[in-house]
Amino acid sequence: MTTTATSALADSELPRLRLDVAPLLLLPILALLALPLVGSFPTWVTLTIAGLAMGMMIFIMASGLTLVFGLMDVLNFGHGAFVSVGAFTATLVLLPMQGWMQADSVLLNLSALGLAIALAVLVTGALGWAFERVIIIPVYGQHLKQILITMGGMIVAEQMIHVIWGPDQIPLPLPASFRGVLLFGDVAVEKYRLLAVAVGLIVFAAMFLVLNRTKVGLLIRAGVENSEMVEALGYRIRRLFVGVFVAGSALAGLGGVLWGLYREMLTAAMGSDLMVPVFIVIIIGGLGSVGGCFIGAMLVALVANYAGFLAPKIALVSNILLMVSILLWRPQGLFPVAKR
Amino acid sequence: MMLSRMFSGDFPRSRFLALMLLVAFAGLTLAPFLFPGARALNVAATICVFIVLVASYDLLLGYTGIVSFAHTMFYGIGAYGVGLSLYSVGPTWGAVFMGLTIALILSLVLALVIGLFSLRVKAIFYAMITLAVASAFAVLASQLSDFTGGEDGRTFGVPEVLRPGFRLIDAEVFGTAINGKLITYYLVFFSALALFLLLLRVVNSPFGRVLQAIRENDFRAEALGYRTVVYRTLANCLSAVTATLAGALMALWLRYTGPQTTLSLTIMMDILLIVVIGGMGTLYGAAIGSALFILAQNYLQALMRQASEGLAAVPVLANLFHPDRWLLWLGVLFVLSVYYFPSGIVGKLRGRK
Repeated sequence: MTTTATSALADSELPRLRLDVAPLLLLPILALLALPLVGSFPTWVTLTIAGLAMGMMIFIMASGLTLVFGLMDVLNFGHGAFVSVGAFTATLVLLPMQGWMQADSVLLNLSALGLAIALAVLVTGALGWAFERVIIIPVYGQHLKQILITMGGMIVAEQMIHVIWGPDQIPLPLPASFRGVLLFGDVAVEKYRLLAVAVGLIVFAAMFLVLNRTKVGLLIRAGVENSEMVEALGYRIRRLFVGVFVAGSALAGLGGVLWGLYREMLTAAMGSDLMVPVFIVIIIGGLGSVGGCFIGAMLVALVANYAGFLAPKIALVSNILLMVSILLWRPQGLFPVAKR
Repeated sequence: MMLSRMFSGDFPRSRFLALMLLVAFAGLTLAPFLFPGARALNVAATICVFIVLVASYDLLLGYTGIVSFAHTMFYGIGAYGVGLSLYSVGPTWGAVFMGLTIALILSLVLALVIGLFSLRVKAIFYAMITLAVASAFAVLASQLSDFTGGEDGRTFGVPEVLRPGFRLIDAEVFGTAINGKLITYYLVFFSALALFLLLLRVVNSPFGRVLQAIRENDFRAEALGYRTVVYRTLANCLSAVTATLAGALMALWLRYTGPQTTLSLTIMMDILLIVVIGGMGTLYGAAIGSALFILAQNYLQALMRQASEGLAAVPVLANLFHPDRWLLWLGVLFVLSVYYFPSGIVGKLRGRK
């Protein structure tokens, strides 16, 4: 009796997905908790915006990785190489175009930056395609080999950067109109961080729309849930996967440009150094979940910034503590993806 | 019979491999007499330590199928344990053993916690978590500079017997002085040999067979009644403890401990390269791999320098052969070996017969 009753209910109206708000509340709670600890309001605002900017950049780099893992069960340990390559490719545009970069015009600055980002995204996207073709195809479904092979790919890519751009660090000055700070009363905010937050929000919004409002997005989400079923329904999951991999690599390249300008100094190892926070972010968020990745990136960056101010000694261990406490609460990450 | 017990019944099973091992063994045994000079002896000692370090990593990667990036952390704990203890207490054997004990306990606890925490889930999860923990540990070691000496590390004295100034007998043997450096070398050599044979015993025991079963098919191993989590965690702890001992040997040999020599990710990469190129799932691969790798690291770069200078006229090619770029070629070799001969040098030699 009861079974027929519930099935009748299910027929008439699909139960709405329950919105999981607890992880969403973590961010404001964390920020508010930090306020009394930091003490002064302007410092708190500066720290929070710095954290958000850093979080946006980490999110841009991590989102592709988590999607690729969710969709095809491939974890690319060489993802950091795309970050470095993106940043170094940008120098090909930015260094010769110092005239536009140092000009006192927001438009010229932005167009130089836009050109650099376009080139970086193109190059890393193409590299991602090649990487997928050459490196990853033979090792589908074999985690151990994937880790080894992508790690090897990263070593080679990093060394190739040395071969092409030389072994030295490359300084990369910010465009003229994004240097310095904006003052709102007592609150000082670096201009470049605002730009980073804006770019991050645009990327997140675009991704959110593509994933939730388009057919490709629907297929990707369905693929993350159950790729065999998507294939059985007649869609070519392979092609979808290549697309996501290329997009993820291109995003890593974009993140690399932003991060390189943020640090104003490029090293070939910058990408692999970032892999640690990136991995922590995707573990916290739940492997395969873009929303979780976003929240995770913000959490990691905010905690790192607050801890860096309050207790510099433990700042770099703070990420680990954060990860452990989140995993104790939700062992599969904030937003567990059904299949894994 | 005697030999069979020593090798735990696991022979090289290839004539050429046996020859290579014999050459390596003889070379290392007689290194102080065959190759005089501080540099050559240093290379030999490094090979000994790396054989243990890489073999213990092979226990994880090759035998159990776990990818860990925290191996240098345990190596570093051993080196720092002995180093800091000698630095703060003074050069006595008591300090060595105290430091070693603390380091072993710390390694064991860390390995246990990380293992129980993350070995229940997928291999990939464990790889990421160990990478995060190890990098946090490296940062911690360089940040707590009052205690660890920060980036500069610590230089310390070793017990009287191990100092270069110490003479066991005044006469020279085959033109080599029997001093503390020599004694330290043999301490390192025999400890490494003992640890290697011990590991060989472990992987050929019933316990080792279970680990291999888990590597091949963990689901089936579980179905046969083996608690895979327990076995994985035990393997993890065993490997961590061995790495700690290797670190302690390295500290005694170098009389110095710093982040660059023990904790850096570069060393982790080296270990990974050696295991895969040497041959996963066979300890002889670790031995051959370490010997070849360390020799190449120390002597091949000179060759590359010549090649680079010879090609100075061709801009990109000269860069490709620059001695600092030798990792590039190793990386390529690494990727190719994962694809085409996953069992490494040893597997290739055994397959030839």
